[in-house]
Order: sequence, then C-alpha cells, then structure tokens
Amino acid sequence: MSFINYASREINCKIVYYGPGLCGKTTNLQFVYQKTAPEAKGKMISLATETERTLFFDFLPLALGEIRGFKTRFHLYTVPGQVFYDASRKLILKGVDGVVFVADSQEERMDANIESVENLRINLIEQGYDLDKIPYVVQYNKRDLPNILSVEELRRELNPTNVPDFEACATTGEGVFETLKAVAKLILFDLKKGK
Amino acid sequence: MANPQLIMYDEEFKQINAVIEKLLREANAKVIFLVDKNGQLITGCGETERFDTTSLASLTAGNIAATGGLAKLIGEKEFSILFHEGEKDNLHISIVAGRVILVVLFDTRSSLGLVRLRVKKASEELSAIFGRLMQKSEEKEKSGESEFPFAEITDDDIDNLFS
Repeated sequence: MSFINYASREINCKIVYYGPGLCGKTTNLQFVYQKTAPEAKGKMISLATETERTLFFDFLPLALGEIRGFKTRFHLYTVPGQVFYDASRKLILKGVDGVVFVADSQEERMDANIESVENLRINLIEQGYDLDKIPYVVQYNKRDLPNILSVEELRRELNPTNVPDFEACATTGEGVFETLKAVAKLILFDLKKGK
Repeated sequence: MANPQLIMYDEEFKQINAVIEKLLREANAKVIFLVDKNGQLITGCGETERFDTTSLASLTAGNIAATGGLAKLIGEKEFSILFHEGEKDNLHISIVAGRVILVVLFDTRSSLGLVRLRVKKASEELSAIFGRLMQKSEEKEKSGESEFPFAEITDDDIDNLFS
C-alpha cells in the first residue's frame, strides 16, 4: 500500500509489471528510464542473470511532480517472468498499489500469457489482494512482430473484465507511457477514494 | 488488506528522527535509515547524501522479504536481524514493530556489539512511536476525518504529472 508522509509532503506508490518470461517487462522500464529527465528518476536497478533474464526484480523510482503540494513518487518494479521464480514474484507483490500485466502478443506465447495471469491472481490472493479490485491495466506488447494474435483475441482471453488495455512495442516505446500513465491514474483515483 | 497503508504525521516524524539521530551518535554509525517493508524510504540521517538511499531502501526490503521467505522454509516466522559485513562498511538490518526496517551502516569506528546494543534500545522507542502512529491512523479513519490531499484531485492534475 502507498506511503503518505504529511511531514515531508510526499506520497509513494508501488507499481508492479507482471507477465510471462521475455514478454518485455524489463524493456518497458528501460524505455521509461531512457525517456525520463535525470532529475525525475533515480537509478534503475536490475538484478539479472548473466543472460539478462530478471532474477529477482528490476526497480525504477520515478518522481513525477507535485499534486496539491505533495511530491508524487512511483516505484516501478518488474517480477522475474520465468516460471520457476514464483517465490520471488510473490515477494515483489507485497504492498503493491497497481499492476501492469504485460502480455506477449505472439501466437505461440498465448498459453504462457494465460498461465501468467492465473499465477498473478493466485499470488495476489496470497498477499490479501483481489485482482478485480486493485488498479490494473493490460499491455499487449510486441505488436511489431509478424506472428501476432489480433487484439480482440488477446482481449477475450486476457482481459475479460475489460480493464484499460494498450497495444505496445516496448523496444520502440510505443504504448509504454500510455500504459504507465493509465495505471498511475487508477492508483491516484483509488487513493482519492481513500482506499 | 494484508498490509495497511502507512501514514506519517509531523509529530511522530519528528520523534522518529530524534530517535534515529540519537542512535546515529550513540552507535557511532555513518548512516541510519528506516524503510517500509514495501521498499519505501521513510526517513534517514547521517551521511545520507553519499548514498543512493532510494535504491538501498528497495533492495533492503527485497532482502528482508527474501530472508523472510527463507525463514518460512525452515519453519521460522522471520529472521528479525540481518548483518552484512564488508571490508570497510557493514550493514545491520533489523525489523521494528513488525513492519518497519531499521538499517544501520557503520564502519570500524564502531562495532557490531555496540550497534546491536544501541539498536535494541532504539527499537523499543521506535516501536512505541509506530504503535501510536498506527493507532492515530485508525482513529482518524474511524472518525471519518479525511485530510487526504487528493480528495479534490482532478483528471487535469493527473494529466499534468505526465506532461
């Protein structure tokens, strides 16, 4: 859950990027990092294996500016997507304020996407959260590749509750900020309601 | 919810800072900071400008979470103290009041024994303050008293963040 500091007039929120292995979660964060002004971002930390697969998490602190006199900071995390890192994924969901599910649009990754959404739902329940009640958006990544499913097909399987969803190509940055902005907005509105 | 929202008020913030500043002096430490278990930095004192405290905070929370996972695997609730010894600098990490992490960075000017001793005393004081803080938040919530700064937030306010 978010941390509101009335003394230093700051509000901190935690966003977690979830999805199957190699779907582009780290690439999303790298693009945000590259495109953010130096004064607005902290260091990006990646705990990765030698082959650049995320081992524990990636972390990127972003200071987005002020709302009503409060400095607003978002802490962006990714989880390791590979199936066997489930213990790490559970830990990173602790205290989450909003989730981005990054789906791989390629036809052959559909099963992995479905498995990952189910895993997200289960791991959230273990932490006391309900996916249908927390700020949640879906990103259909890799729209630039040839063997992809249509957005309608992806939506049917991965977004039955019709949360905000976005087409993206994280390597070029298309859809990356739209996704982040949407989840940040949902979090702030959730906070407004005093949840 | 598994972990209630942490809200910090002026009065308690000053008290917390006074406790960790005293700990910094008495333990001869270089830096002390407090982190929420979710990885958010609450406050710090000492040579904080020399270190990337935001990253330290997130990694410390990750470390505590991972160690907590290890503890559960062997049938422990959690490990309440972690110690990392380096060539020059050492980290003493402990859990306070069940949800806050106290990190003490110290070098050869101090010792593990001294740090442990002083941390124990400071932890009791911090636990009492955090206890009051939680109570205060609950009372405010129950009475329906809302001083939340985002109550009047608009779409434009949020859009402006990303412009």
